[in-house]
Amino acid sequence: MSPDLLKLIFGRLGFESLPLHEPIVVGTFVVVALGGAALLGGLTYFRLWGYLWREWFTTVDHKRIGIMYMILGIVMLLRGFADALMMRGQQMLAFGGSEGYLNAHHYDQVFTAHGVIMIFFVAMPLVTGLMNYVVPLQIGARDVSFPFLNNFSFWMTVGGAVLVMASLFIGEFARTGWLAYPPLSNIGYSPDVGVDYYIWALQVAGVGTTLSGINLICTIVKLRCPGMTMMKMPVFTWTSLCTNVLIVASFPVLTVVLALLSLDRYVGTNFFTNDFGGSPMMYVNLIWIWGHPEVYILVLPAFGIFSEVTSTFSGKRLFGYTSMVYATVVITILSYLVWLHHFFTMGSGASVNSFFGITTMIISIPTGAKMFNWLFTMYRGRIRYELPMMWTIAFMLTFVIGGMTGVLLAVPPADFVLHNSLFLIAHFHNVIIGGVVFGAFAGINYWFPKAFGFKLDPFWGKMSFWFWVTGFYLAFMPLYVLGLMGVTRRLRVFDDPSLQIWFVIAAIGALFVFIGILSMLMQFAVSLLKREQLKDVTGDPWDARTLEWATSSPPPDYNFAFTPVVHDNDAWWDMKKRGYQRPLTGFKPIHMPASTGTGIILAGFATAMGFGLIWYMWWLAAVSFVAMLAVGIGHTFNYHRDFDIPAEDVIRTEDARTKLLAGAK
Amino acid sequence: MSRLKILALLPLAAALSGCDYVVLAPAGDIAAQQRDLVIISTVLMLLIVLPVMALTLLFAWRYRQSNTAARYEPEWDHSTKLELVIWSAPLLIIVCLGALTWMGTHLLDPYRTLGRIHADRAVDQSKAPLEVDVVALDWKWLFIYPDYGIATVNELAAPVDRPINFRITASSVMNSFYIPALAGQIYAMPGMETKLHAVVNHAGTYKGFSANYSGAGFSGMHFNFQGLDDKGFDAWIASAKSAGGSLGRAEYLQLEKPSQNEPVRRWGSVDADLYRLILNMCVETGKMCQSEMMAIDAKGGNGHEGLNNTLPLTYDKYARRGTVLGPEPTFVAGTCTPDAPQGQTTASIKAPTDTMPLIGAGLKRPSFTPLKSLSFFLGQRPKSDS
Repeated sequence: MSPDLLKLIFGRLGFESLPLHEPIVVGTFVVVALGGAALLGGLTYFRLWGYLWREWFTTVDHKRIGIMYMILGIVMLLRGFADALMMRGQQMLAFGGSEGYLNAHHYDQVFTAHGVIMIFFVAMPLVTGLMNYVVPLQIGARDVSFPFLNNFSFWMTVGGAVLVMASLFIGEFARTGWLAYPPLSNIGYSPDVGVDYYIWALQVAGVGTTLSGINLICTIVKLRCPGMTMMKMPVFTWTSLCTNVLIVASFPVLTVVLALLSLDRYVGTNFFTNDFGGSPMMYVNLIWIWGHPEVYILVLPAFGIFSEVTSTFSGKRLFGYTSMVYATVVITILSYLVWLHHFFTMGSGASVNSFFGITTMIISIPTGAKMFNWLFTMYRGRIRYELPMMWTIAFMLTFVIGGMTGVLLAVPPADFVLHNSLFLIAHFHNVIIGGVVFGAFAGINYWFPKAFGFKLDPFWGKMSFWFWVTGFYLAFMPLYVLGLMGVTRRLRVFDDPSLQIWFVIAAIGALFVFIGILSMLMQFAVSLLKREQLKDVTGDPWDARTLEWATSSPPPDYNFAFTPVVHDNDAWWDMKKRGYQRPLTGFKPIHMPASTGTGIILAGFATAMGFGLIWYMWWLAAVSFVAMLAVGIGHTFNYHRDFDIPAEDVIRTEDARTKLLAGAK
Repeated sequence: MSRLKILALLPLAAALSGCDYVVLAPAGDIAAQQRDLVIISTVLMLLIVLPVMALTLLFAWRYRQSNTAARYEPEWDHSTKLELVIWSAPLLIIVCLGALTWMGTHLLDPYRTLGRIHADRAVDQSKAPLEVDVVALDWKWLFIYPDYGIATVNELAAPVDRPINFRITASSVMNSFYIPALAGQIYAMPGMETKLHAVVNHAGTYKGFSANYSGAGFSGMHFNFQGLDDKGFDAWIASAKSAGGSLGRAEYLQLEKPSQNEPVRRWGSVDADLYRLILNMCVETGKMCQSEMMAIDAKGGNGHEGLNNTLPLTYDKYARRGTVLGPEPTFVAGTCTPDAPQGQTTASIKAPTDTMPLIGAGLKRPSFTPLKSLSFFLGQRPKSDS
C-alpha cells in the first residue's frame, strides 16, 4: 500500500508507535492481555454476555450504575497505584550515579498518568459512584431525574478511562505533569500523541462528569420525598448537592481550557504559545479555576460520608446539623476564590498573593467547624468501632495534619520555599488520601451491606485499614521531611546520597499500602464466599438513621414500594422511634424507566472519535461524529422509555421481604 | 498507633540527626525570614490542631461502646455556646495568621528591594547591589553578570552580605528558579521577566535548581550557588574573565538547544544586549522583538500590513514544527531596527507594559515615557493618565 493511503487510514499510527522497545510496558501488556483474554473467555464460556448487556451495561438503574462506577474506580486504582509503586521504586534506586530503571521518557509518563488517573478515574468514579447509589435512596426517590443520561454519563467516564489505558500500549501518554501546563504541553515541545491522549481522555470523561452533575442536582432539588425540606436532607445529600453545583460550575472551564489547548495543537492558534500574544499564564489560571473547586468536589462528599458514619456509629444525632450545612455551603462558595494559591510563585504582586492566601485560610474556618461537629457528635455517644467508624477516626487524625500543612502553604512567603517541593506532595496526598480515599473506604464499608445484602468481612477489612493507614504515614511523612530539605518534585535521579534513606522508607510505605489494597480485594472475595454468614436481612445492619436503611438490602428496583413521608432529618431513626410499620397491602404498579443501549453506543463512538483525533485518523473522527449524531437522533424515536412494574411483582417482592424479616426475628 | 508504626519510626529518629534541613536553616536573610514565617504559622495552627487531635483520641476512647459508665445523650445535638467556640476559635487563629500573611507577603515580596541584609544590619548603601540576569534554558541555567561582562552556565556566585538583584526569564518552557538556602523561588517564564531580591549571609556552597518540571532533562537542571567573601568573589570574577570566550547571539543560539546534565561553563565576555534579546525572544536575527511589537501595538498596530510582515520559521528551539491543520509556522519580521551586528548594543527598547507589582486602589501608576532614541519612530506618546 502506498504511504499516502496508509497515512490516510492510520494517520500517524504505525508499528513504531507500539512501545516494543520498553520491556516493562511489553511485560505489562502480556499480563494484561492474558488476564483480559481469560476474563473475556470466562464471560463467553459461562454465557454471561447477554446477562451483562441486559442487566448492567444498558441499565438505567442508579444503583447498578453506582456499583459500576465503584468497580471502575477500583480497577483504575490498581493502574494508578502501579504507577505510584514504579515512581517510588525509581526514586528509591536512582542515587549515587544510578539512573534507576526508568528512562526520562517513561518516568515522565508514569508520574503524569498517576496524577491524571488517580484524580479523574479513581477519586471521581468512587465519589460519583457513592453519590449515584446513595443519594436517590436517601431522599426517598425511585431513581435519578434523568436515568438514561446517568447511564450515558457513566459510559463517557469509562470512555475516558479506556483512552488513558490505550495510551499505555498504543503510543504514549503525556510527559507534562498532570495539569499539562503549556508551553511544555503545546505542539512545539510535546509534538507526540501523549498530550492529545490527555486532552481527549479528559474531554470525553468530562462530558460524563458534567452531565452527571446536572442530573444529581436536578434529582436532589426535584425528587425529594414529601416532608424532606432542604434543612431536613441528610448531610451526605447536602454535600452531594454542593459537590454537583461545583461540578456544573467548574467542569465547563476545564472543557474550554482544554479546547483552547487543542486548538493551539491542531490548528495553530496562539492562546497559550510564547509568541504571537499567547499567554501560558492564562492556561495556568484557567486550569486552576477548575482545579481548586475539583479538590472540594472530591472532599465534600467524603465529609458527608463521615457525617453519616459518625452519627450512626455514635448512636447519636449529628451535632450542629445547621452549622454543618452552612459550613458546606460556605466552602462551596469560597472554593472559587482561592485558585491563585497554586501559583503564588508566578510573580503576582504582594497584594494579589495576600488576597488569595487569606481567602484560602478562611476556608479552614468552616472546615474546622466541621471537624468540631464530628468531635461533638462523638461526645456523649456510644461509639461502635465497626470499619466505617475506624476509617472516620483515621480521617480525623490524618486530615487535620493535611489541613494544617495546607494552611501553611497558603502563606505566600512560606509557599515560596515549599512550593513544588515534596512537602507539597505530602500535603495533597495527606488531604486526598486522608480525606477522599479514607472517606470512600468508609463509604464502601458502610453502604456495601445495603448494596449486596451482606456485610464486608471485618478481618480483611481491618488488615486493609491498618496497612493503608500505617502505609500512608510511612510513605508521606518522609516526603514532608524531604520537602524541608528543599527536595523538589518529579525528579528522576538524585545526587545527594543522604536523601536515599527517606525514599527507601517512603517505598516501604507504598508497599504497605499495596498490601492494604490487596487486603481490600481479599476482603471482597472472602465476603462473597462467606456471604451467608455475613448476611443481613433487616436492611438496617448498623441501626442507622437515614432513609436508605428503611428499604431492603439490596433494595428492589423501585427502591421504595411506597414513597416515604419524612418528619425529621434523621428520617429512618425517627420512623423507628415512632414504631413504624411496613405497609403490607395496597401495592400498586410502579412506573419505572426502561433500559437502553444508547448510552454505551454513544460513548463508544465518542471514544472512537477521540482516538481518531489523537492519531489524526480524520475519517474515523468524522464517521464517529456522524454516527453519534445519528444514534442521538435515532434515540429520540425510541418510545420504549418506561414501563410499569406490575402490582403482582411488587407484592411478590414485598411478601418475600416480609417473610425474611419474620425469619430474622 | 500500631506496633509496626513505632518500630518503623526508630530508624527515622536515627536518620533525623544527620540531615540538612536547608529550608529550616538557610544561609540568606530572605530565606531565614520565610523560615520564621513557616515556624510561626505552624505553631499558631498547632494551638488548635493539637487540642483537636487530643480530643479526638479522648472522645474516641471515652465514649466507646463498652464503656457504659460514660454519659450517653443520643438526642443532644445543639449547643449555642459550643457553636460559638467552634466557629470563633479557628476564626481567631485565622485573623492572626491573616495579619501575619498580609505583612509577610508584602515584606517578603520578591520584587521588593531589600531593606536589610540581616536581622540586625541595614543595607550598606555604598555598595551597589549585584545584578544577575538568569535564563532558564533546556535544561541548564545561564547566568549573566551585566556589571562584569561575564556569563556562566550552571554556576552562580555572589559576595556575602551584598544584595543581589535577579532578573529572571526562560528560553522555551516554564521553570522555577530556586536556591533554598538563599531565598524562596520564583517562576522563570519565556518572554516574561520575574524578579527576585536576596542576600546571602554565610559563605558556603549551596544547591540551586529548577523547581518546576520542564521536560526530559529536568532532573539534571541544577547548579551550585557559592556565597563568597569579597576577595573570593573578585577572584571568581577574574577566573571567569580569564576563561576567555565570548557569548554572543550565535553562541547563545547554539547553547539554547536542548542538552542535559551540562557541566559548568564560563565566558569572559558577553554581548551586553543578549539578555534583552532573550527576554524579547528575538535573539535570532531578523525576528521582531516583543518590546517593539508591543510598542507598535500600543500605537495602534501596523494594521492589515502587519499581517503580511511574517517570514517562514526555520527553527524554533527543536525544529520547525507546525500544527497538522494549521498554517506553516511563521515569525514576525523586524521592521524598525536593522539587524544588530553581534556584540553591538542597540538602544534599549522597553515594553510599554507595567511590570511593577499592583500597588492598590487609588494609587497612581508610574507614567510611561518613551525613550528619546526611539521617539523618532514612536512619536510622543501621551502620558498615561490611569
